[in-house]
Amino acid sequence: MTGSLAIAGIGIHPFGRNEEVSGLQMAVTAARAALADAGVSWPDIQFAVGGSDSAGKPDTMVSRLGLTGLPFTNVINGCATGGASLLTARATIASGVHEIGLVVGFDKHPRGAFDPRPEDWGLGAWYGDLGMMLTTQYFGLKIRRYMHEHGITEASLARVAAKAFRNGERNPAAWRRKPLAVDDILGSAMVADPLTQYMFCSPSAGAVALVVCHPGLAARFPAPPVYVRAVSMRSRRFGSFEVFSPSMPVTRGPSPSQEAAGAAYAEAGIGPGEFDVVQVQDTESGAELMHLAECGLCEHGAQEELMAASATEIGGPMPVNTDGGCIASGEPIGASGLRQVYETVLQLRGQATGRQVEGARTGFTHVYGAPGISACAVLSR
Amino acid sequence: MRTQDAADLPPVAEKLFSWQDGTPRLIGSACLVCATLAFPQQQSCPRCCGEDVTAALLPAEGILWSWTVQRFPPKSPPYAGGEAHFRPFAVGYVALDGGIVVQGRLTGGAAPDRYRIGMPMRLVIEPFLRNDGTAVAAYAFAPCHAGNGEPPDDDDHEGPAGAPGEGSGPS
Repeated sequence: MTGSLAIAGIGIHPFGRNEEVSGLQMAVTAARAALADAGVSWPDIQFAVGGSDSAGKPDTMVSRLGLTGLPFTNVINGCATGGASLLTARATIASGVHEIGLVVGFDKHPRGAFDPRPEDWGLGAWYGDLGMMLTTQYFGLKIRRYMHEHGITEASLARVAAKAFRNGERNPAAWRRKPLAVDDILGSAMVADPLTQYMFCSPSAGAVALVVCHPGLAARFPAPPVYVRAVSMRSRRFGSFEVFSPSMPVTRGPSPSQEAAGAAYAEAGIGPGEFDVVQVQDTESGAELMHLAECGLCEHGAQEELMAASATEIGGPMPVNTDGGCIASGEPIGASGLRQVYETVLQLRGQATGRQVEGARTGFTHVYGAPGISACAVLSR
Repeated sequence: MRTQDAADLPPVAEKLFSWQDGTPRLIGSACLVCATLAFPQQQSCPRCCGEDVTAALLPAEGILWSWTVQRFPPKSPPYAGGEAHFRPFAVGYVALDGGIVVQGRLTGGAAPDRYRIGMPMRLVIEPFLRNDGTAVAAYAFAPCHAGNGEPPDDDDHEGPAGAPGEGSGPS
């Protein structure tokens, strides 16, 4: 079983503040690394898909990589940009139009919280005027309700963050690589109750690139091939609780994460219980716990037991966010989704030195973002 | 009463709320086909996508569905309150009696022990002081237990929802 897309090469520019490097330059660095990993050169690439939220136009990379005339599609889908780029590449290759391409994601954000404008999200200015246009508030409101309904404790939120920093310490491309104790995470500044400073990821900078190809060509490249068995993307349904929502119905509907994950499992024929390594969107630690359940990887409420049993650690039965996730890497919006794919490819190749999940053969990735979108992928050796 | 003070101020936005016999009500929309409510008012139904919708006054009371506290000054813009006199304020979702959950600032202060999911809440209109020195009328939700929309004794020295200096403290 090979799916409809293979990954032949991967490259990354380390995540962090990266003050001295532009987003585009980071993307070029990642692209060159991916090309080298695949053993190909830029003129071999037949098409490209690039995503960035706020660090420039991806297709301008051609001025540095080479003016070969290839079609280069730009993608902006918030935190799901990487997933949408992968979906675009899969469609291009599955259609038979091209056989080998480059997928690249990068971003660079200023310090502090994001400052979205209400009018860009279909909202009146009053919503921002009154101080409600903040993603941090949404995450506090969502996990508060979830804790009430499913018995999750603050200690479990802190354990998620502690795991992220522990895994980040073992990942040279991560940003925050200093382990933090659970008590230090619980005791750090409250940002949006019940979430503290060290439970949140921060805006950062970074870039990831993938050389992708038709699965029938995968054996030609030097690295062990990794196959994209499924990739899916969904927007919100009526009744899902989403960021920047002045109102919603009392009756909850399915979340985009739930639906995107379900579509990916159905396409791949691989599902919960069969993944050796899992990456889910951890904008803050509550999101990791909620997304595990929304993606069907555990029951709602079972996270408390999973965290107490260290089940999501490297070495546990379901390792989650093995590279430190967004919490340790920060979130360059355009790069985050592809970072998950990069980490999964390393794990499936057996190249995740220092944090390798032994014998990993299958992986799952999930991103979620405003205004209620999710993209998932299933990968296998 | 401050609600009457607020009634004399220009609203933060048109068509967000109105006064009915001295009681504030949010203005939403109701679908004429499936009866789904939305807030603020919109031109189509978020559930059935129909375009036969009409303005509807939402119930003024409900229960707290979730809450958090905005601990740091939001970036400005879009925040109109500014950073200079910022004090943390609470934000929540209130499940109104008619089946819609609405987000709003909460007037009970920023102390976490003021809030529990399921507590009765009601709509109030408050003055909101903008960074440019002007005041507008904004909606918020107040705990019902004090009877008149005022927070209980403010012994934690944290302000009620709203920028300081907007005259929204216990009175």
